[in-house]
Amino acid sequence: MSRAPRRKSTAPEWPKPVPPGDTRDRGGQAQPMLLVENLRKYFAIRGGLLNRKIGDVKAVDGITFAVFKGETLGIVGESGCGKSTLARLLMGLIPAEGGKIVFDGDPVGGPSGLTLRELRRNLQMVFQDSDSSLNPRLPIEESVAYGPRVQGATRDATKKTTQDLLQRVGLRPDLFGGRYPHELSGGQKQRVNIARALALNPRMLILDEAVSALDKSIEAQVLNLLRYLKRHFNLTYIFISHDLNVVQYIADRVMVMYLGEVVEIGPSESIYHQARHPYTRALLDSRLALDPADRVETAPLTGDPPNPIQPPSGCRFRTRCEFAEDMCATTAPALGESLDRASHRAACHMANPASGHKRAGQLPSVARPAAMMYSVEAS
Amino acid sequence: MSDPVSASAIPDRTTPLVAVRDLSVSFVSRDETVRAVNGVSFDVMPGEALCIIGESGSGKTVTMRSLMRLLPKHRSVIEGGISVAGNDIQALDERRLSQLRGSLMAMIFQEPMTALDPVYTIGEQIAEVVRRHTHATRPAAMARALELLQLVKVPSPERRLKAYPHELSGGMRQRAMIAIALACQPALLLADEPTTALDATVQIQVLILLRKLQKEFGMALIFVTHDLSVAAQIADRVAVMYAGRMVEQGSVREVLLNPRHPYTIGMLSSTLHGRVRGQDIETIPGSPPDLRALPPGCSFAPRCSRAIESCSAAVPAPIVLSPGHDVRCIRTQDQPAPFSPASTLAVS
Amino acid sequence: MSLATATPDIIPATAAPRRRGYWRALWHKLRYDYVTLFFLTIIVLIFAAAIFAPLVAPFDPNKTSMVYRLKPIGYRHFFLGTDELGRDMLSRLIYGGRMSLMMGFVPVVIATCVGGFFGVVAGFTGGWVNMLIMRIMDVFYAFPSVLLAVAISGTLGGGVGNGLIALTLVFIPPLCRVAEAATTQIRTRDFVEAARASGASNLSIIFFHILRNIVAPVLVYASSLISVSILLASGLSFLGLGVEPPTADWGLMLSTLRQSIYVQPLICAMPGAAIFIASLSFNLVSDGLRQAMDVRA
Repeated sequence: MSRAPRRKSTAPEWPKPVPPGDTRDRGGQAQPMLLVENLRKYFAIRGGLLNRKIGDVKAVDGITFAVFKGETLGIVGESGCGKSTLARLLMGLIPAEGGKIVFDGDPVGGPSGLTLRELRRNLQMVFQDSDSSLNPRLPIEESVAYGPRVQGATRDATKKTTQDLLQRVGLRPDLFGGRYPHELSGGQKQRVNIARALALNPRMLILDEAVSALDKSIEAQVLNLLRYLKRHFNLTYIFISHDLNVVQYIADRVMVMYLGEVVEIGPSESIYHQARHPYTRALLDSRLALDPADRVETAPLTGDPPNPIQPPSGCRFRTRCEFAEDMCATTAPALGESLDRASHRAACHMANPASGHKRAGQLPSVARPAAMMYSVEAS
Repeated sequence: MSDPVSASAIPDRTTPLVAVRDLSVSFVSRDETVRAVNGVSFDVMPGEALCIIGESGSGKTVTMRSLMRLLPKHRSVIEGGISVAGNDIQALDERRLSQLRGSLMAMIFQEPMTALDPVYTIGEQIAEVVRRHTHATRPAAMARALELLQLVKVPSPERRLKAYPHELSGGMRQRAMIAIALACQPALLLADEPTTALDATVQIQVLILLRKLQKEFGMALIFVTHDLSVAAQIADRVAVMYAGRMVEQGSVREVLLNPRHPYTIGMLSSTLHGRVRGQDIETIPGSPPDLRALPPGCSFAPRCSRAIESCSAAVPAPIVLSPGHDVRCIRTQDQPAPFSPASTLAVS
Repeated sequence: MSLATATPDIIPATAAPRRRGYWRALWHKLRYDYVTLFFLTIIVLIFAAAIFAPLVAPFDPNKTSMVYRLKPIGYRHFFLGTDELGRDMLSRLIYGGRMSLMMGFVPVVIATCVGGFFGVVAGFTGGWVNMLIMRIMDVFYAFPSVLLAVAISGTLGGGVGNGLIALTLVFIPPLCRVAEAATTQIRTRDFVEAARASGASNLSIIFFHILRNIVAPVLVYASSLISVSILLASGLSFLGLGVEPPTADWGLMLSTLRQSIYVQPLICAMPGAAIFIASLSFNLVSDGLRQAMDVRA
């Protein structure tokens, strides 16, 4: 297996308190941890005689974004918008149709780039379904130890790593280490999954709906844990979720996806206060208030997301958009190219004053004004 | 579309439609007994929407399924009284029970894909329920099915009538499920997390629809959910369950804005609504008790920050705070209401 | 404060589920399954008798006697009577068990290894490899097993060795299918993805994750085939294809004794009863194992 010459391949050492200036850091703070350019994934639809290809689902269709060091990028969208496919693409679990992934300055793949194995030592993933993501026949400490073992760590070092990690995620190793997944609750299983992802001492974690299946009180525990681990291990997160409240709580920047495309990306505060894309606006308005006096009387969107096999022409959201005009069906709005940390961009003609849309330059109107606006302060 | 069973059986609006008294359900197997529900009592008035809130394993689904007698017969032991419109559900024979299911009470599920039969069209499935309870002719039943699909606001209903479940989106399937449930205008609709599997933008549509239909038909609704904000949207009254017991019951305003049980308070403070980023969320430590070995006394005591010794002595009796709002916590009177809703609901 | 809320998840001791390993849990379930335990005992007894046949059998199973032909049960020192050549039935049944158990076990064990291997390869690789392997298996699977066994051993000729080969070939396709189905199901689970994401090689994933999860279904299915194999082997011997006389074998004994059915019906039924009891025991035990192995239920 070819390795990038600069990277010494050693088994992960553990425990290693990460100093403020991470020694694994290569390009400095300004260089994005992860840079994704024009990533595409089409799933062939087969059918008919001889299983011919009869179409494509454009699950991820030309996505470009950056994740900066130490931040949490939240990715939101409804089911079928391609957010989970994106996670699997980034991990190299499924091959991409095209596009480029750059990890801390090193392109992934190619003759001089990072190998998948090296990428995965730095980038790990926590899966959504805590049930199916643990081997039911393995005690959890073996599940956690598996990664370091296949990367060549010694048995003793791995044992120490495992015990330390289980402790850190709040499971006493002596009490829980030998248990099987079916003997744990959902929250405990998700803690094991997090420990397993951390066992290779990665720099970045992709959390794919990592708390969605948990009960609310357990979800809060795991979110606290994630924040604590992020600080302690100097991690960068991609946090994928359909729950906007959770994303608002945990994410520094938010990326909104719809039918395989990015429709809006920007800093959390900006997105939650001044959403520029009507879809983001609708998602925000779909959050339910806790006050029984504040009931939603009209749904912000009608219908379900359209079939991704035949996405609408032009702007993919236009079929559900109340501001759609003729131009939306013909020209697809561009998101813009800027990868700046603070830039807030939306792929909507209304966001572009020069687009010619009647409401160009205006924000999508707020259907339910005061009720859903929360005051959010940056930490 | 009047049905002999439901029409005659609905009592007037002052007597409860559903009365559950001291319901206990345990699942017995060779080597363990899981006590899923432990002494639950509640009433539902005609036309009232009750939300049962609880986390997984709290017994909320089991409580609701025992109303329909849908629990496995051999393994479950059910004690206590369940009466729906004057019928003692426990004592009914199978024939009468299946008559009542669908016409007096109907149920919708979390995952409509598994609740719908994949080999029949939506229209056929609705028509079948109509025919089973009304002896309508096939074309009449189909016409009724179309009417029902229009009622639940399925776009282009003529086309959907001939569609199979897998050809519909998640939201559409749930609407079809609601149409089937409403086929015979039941007096009581049981809903088991019907919006949990849906996307937020679709969930809101289904909630609005359910609320509208419930008011229109004057149906009573028992809605099981784990999501407090869903309860805020749809409930008249709320019952909070923990480890098979109802720890707090009251009007939706009372319970969500002035919660008194430490568990309800804990649940509300661990919700993320408007939480400031970078600050810890207050959580309830630990996890729910093992239903095979419940702690003595109040089952929340091991996780409760205000537990005292006598909490573990006996299961707390309900303390009535105001008419219709009762709490099972012996420390309710000891101190002022500790929770200011403003901190979580700093919204409007 | 942050640490305090973030880390501890201390559960009250009463709430902790009992910690039990996989095999311990299996045993715990089996312990109360009296039916399975009973038939397990019978299997153990049959095995013991077969292994220690020279010690247990009262007579030489092949010693003929013109005088004591077809004597009834309990005649003098012949505890279960004698057959048409005057050989002691009890000794022959014990020695016959040896042969029958071998015919039951050996083909299944070999077929499990071979079929399991192809099944895992097919299931894990998918694509055209899967197509190729599984379609070949389907061709064999299309024949009824009896027909296939008779055809193969008919082509190869009689004898124990050829009988074993025929039976092994018969059992490879079904075991391959079970292994393939189990592998395909496990392969798509997230923990396999997670293992791959931690840099594991395919071989490591197969050995560490796949095998552990398919062992239970494959073993249970294989154990149910043992009884089939015993029956098939008996059938082959009955047709004169498997074991050859004068070797003691239940199927062969059934075949040769059938002429005497009007003289000593009870004696003639004995090898049949032995086959019946052995296969019933294996079937019920494999059923009990299947239930017990579903530990998560």
